[in-house]
Amino acid sequence: MNASATPSALAALSTITATTATDRAARQSQVVAALSPLLPAHALLWHTEDTVPYECDGLTAYRQMPLLVALPETEAQVAAILKACHALQVPVVARGAGTGLSGGAMPHPLGVTLSLAKFNKIVQIDRLARTATVQCGVRNLAISEAAAPHGLYYAPDPSSQIACTIGGNVAENSGGVHCLKYGLTLHNVLRVRGYTAQGEAIEFGSEALDVPGLDLLPLVVGSEGMLAVTTEVTVKLVPKPQLARCIMASFDDIRKAGDAVAAVIAAGIIPAGLEMMDKPMTAAVEDYVHAGYDLNAEAILLCESDGTPEEVAEEIERMLEVLTGCGATRVEVSKDERQRLVFWSGRKNAFPASGRISPDYMCMDSTIPRKRLADILLAIAGMEVKYGLKCCNVFHAGDGNLHPLILFDANDPDQLHRCELFGADILETSVAMGGTVTGEHGVGVEKLSSMCVQFSPAEREQMFAIKRAFDSAELLNPGKVIPTLQRCAEYGKMHVKKGLLPFAELERF
Amino acid sequence: MVSDPALSRLISQVQGAAADRVSLDIRGGGTKAFYGGEPVGEALDLRPLAGISSYEPSELVVTVRAGTPLATLEAALAEQGQCLPFEPPRFAEGGTVGGMVAAGLAGPARAAVGGVRDYVLGATLLNGRAELLSFGGTVMKNVAGYDVSRVLAGSMGIFGVICEVSLKVLPVQPATVTLRLEMDAATAIRRLNEWGGQPLPLNASAWWDGTLVLRLSGATAAVASAQQKIGGELIDAPAAQAFWQGLRDHRDEFFLGAARAVEGGAGLWRLSVPATAPPLKLSGEQLLEWGGAQRWICTSAPAPTLRDAAAAVGGHAVLFRARDKAGVGTFAPLKPPLGRIHQALKDAFDPQGLFNPGRLVPGL
Repeated sequence: MNASATPSALAALSTITATTATDRAARQSQVVAALSPLLPAHALLWHTEDTVPYECDGLTAYRQMPLLVALPETEAQVAAILKACHALQVPVVARGAGTGLSGGAMPHPLGVTLSLAKFNKIVQIDRLARTATVQCGVRNLAISEAAAPHGLYYAPDPSSQIACTIGGNVAENSGGVHCLKYGLTLHNVLRVRGYTAQGEAIEFGSEALDVPGLDLLPLVVGSEGMLAVTTEVTVKLVPKPQLARCIMASFDDIRKAGDAVAAVIAAGIIPAGLEMMDKPMTAAVEDYVHAGYDLNAEAILLCESDGTPEEVAEEIERMLEVLTGCGATRVEVSKDERQRLVFWSGRKNAFPASGRISPDYMCMDSTIPRKRLADILLAIAGMEVKYGLKCCNVFHAGDGNLHPLILFDANDPDQLHRCELFGADILETSVAMGGTVTGEHGVGVEKLSSMCVQFSPAEREQMFAIKRAFDSAELLNPGKVIPTLQRCAEYGKMHVKKGLLPFAELERF
Repeated sequence: MVSDPALSRLISQVQGAAADRVSLDIRGGGTKAFYGGEPVGEALDLRPLAGISSYEPSELVVTVRAGTPLATLEAALAEQGQCLPFEPPRFAEGGTVGGMVAAGLAGPARAAVGGVRDYVLGATLLNGRAELLSFGGTVMKNVAGYDVSRVLAGSMGIFGVICEVSLKVLPVQPATVTLRLEMDAATAIRRLNEWGGQPLPLNASAWWDGTLVLRLSGATAAVASAQQKIGGELIDAPAAQAFWQGLRDHRDEFFLGAARAVEGGAGLWRLSVPATAPPLKLSGEQLLEWGGAQRWICTSAPAPTLRDAAAAVGGHAVLFRARDKAGVGTFAPLKPPLGRIHQALKDAFDPQGLFNPGRLVPGL
């Protein structure tokens, strides 16, 4: 069971939960009455037994019943719902497949959860233009499947790609194991069509490579449903590489493995994937998938090359030279596609494998500069002692994106508490090392407090102002992503200064 | 207190401008003053805020102060075998990194490698309240809060003073070759898009006057096999390099001719369209780049002709150079909800409207 809870994050919503049952019932009747004429009866859910499935996303420790759930089937219905909610000043939380890991789609107690699950049509695959236009509820993997007959695919591949939707990927700016070479969601999206909080149709980006005025796609992609509701997305498709091969390299020392990651990049190589697992993680996944991982290694690197056969042969040679030069104790190159998938099987099953060795785990998602990989691993080892909990580590090493999995038992309140402190310590140590609290899972409700450490009050206020520029009444997914001044004051940790480092002492003037 | 004198001075200049309600013209080398709405206001010279703050080749990240000459940055990267893959244009000597980000212009490799914003990882901005704000960072993956730093690319400075940026850089590719093929525009557009759908190391393209020039860039083996597959005439390396640099910096034959026509009252238009759009039936010579997605036209035709032609295929037209842009505007007008959001965002960063008024959007 994946669980991750910081009571303080829930406290963020305490102001809006402080309402009486009578008030809530009255509000519910009012909103049901307003939305009923806009939707078929089956597309509006408000009885508890119907809305329970929507009470959380992939971050199951945070639960909140929505006021009601609307399941529109057309864009006209989306627009009408948004207009009605705007008129009543009712919050709207858009939701895709509910696979998010930071509580970004957790319902608002007095809000409408807008499920976009029915927007599941592939509108067009344009072979010549190498684009796919799809509705927001289309699954990530379904795009690649539809493009496959043309020898094309959609590159970003978050590990939930079987289930997660492109609308959710846009909301989170999702990554995956291949984003070092192929980019994040932002780099692979050309156009987002959607609706403003007021229910007006709007388009960001286009099928050309730029637009007049500001390029607002970078704000919208990764905005966690706070700026607009996405209904349709045009993505870039890229040619499927002819061949992919993977090197599995063992190291007897964490620092050597970390240095090897930096050395690969420094040699001018951009691997298609570059992943790391530490010893406890390797043991857990080997027990689960029996892939033949080196259980004596302190760290294992998976380093992948893709392209034409000639290109791959050339790159694998260069990679092997660097990895052995950095002291790899064992290297193995996948002989065929089957073996390549075996190499990856453990990495891809890191989360379920952790679920087998512990009642609960909490997955962190910070990013650090690559050169600090060994430092953060050693820091985490120290935290294991400090908080009395075990931690397995898997990294998107090429991007410096960490996924430490803290093992705990949620039924033991003290363990849960220590786990929360452990997680916050990892995030804040990452910020202090020049990194960020979230690389690809988003802030949601989970990392609100840690945002106080990463951003100054003025920076947070600037982000609120951006939110209001799109959504002046602050109705789209309110309470997520940006912590209030009051919340940060209660959290009580200092903002870690960054930018223009030589005068880092600068705070106010 | 702020220890860097250049930054302290900038902050007090912004505070002074806010107190006196004076507009500021944020200025680096002035090499792109011709682009966008005409600069107005008191000059705010960014050149004293210069220098590479940090550069770690193995991190693929460089952090640079805005007033740093682009040439200085490119030389430092070249020493380590790295580059800015999007090839920002250098219209004249002295262009700065801040200007490169603010203008958001990219060169021949744009369609293959992405634009300026795809390489921005973080930025420090001085907003209209004279607050120094940092967004993004120096890491490749970062979804903490709104991605403000990337929106600065192409913002023409309307949100504030870009003081420092962190950029992703990449290694120079091991092999590059340039090929020349004869074909008409429609064939070039079709073939470029067909090649784009195959795993070929296509890096840049230019079609003009019946000739398509292609640049392949990547692993040695991949470039060699693609060259075999595509055919055409191989252009020797020095001539090829001169050609692509000329195209990037608008000093090649087409753009020199365009400059003369602009002197004579014509407009140099840049049409950004879907790459598969058919050849546009407009008077004047056309240069096609970016696999068909960027089309340059030098013409005296009225603005609505160009704007309508671009809009009809799902793109937009920019009046890139003209002796007089008054009444026409550089960029196509914004559609209603976007126009309102632009105004609201401007107010959010620069409530008094101090910075670069009218450079991106008239009246903003």
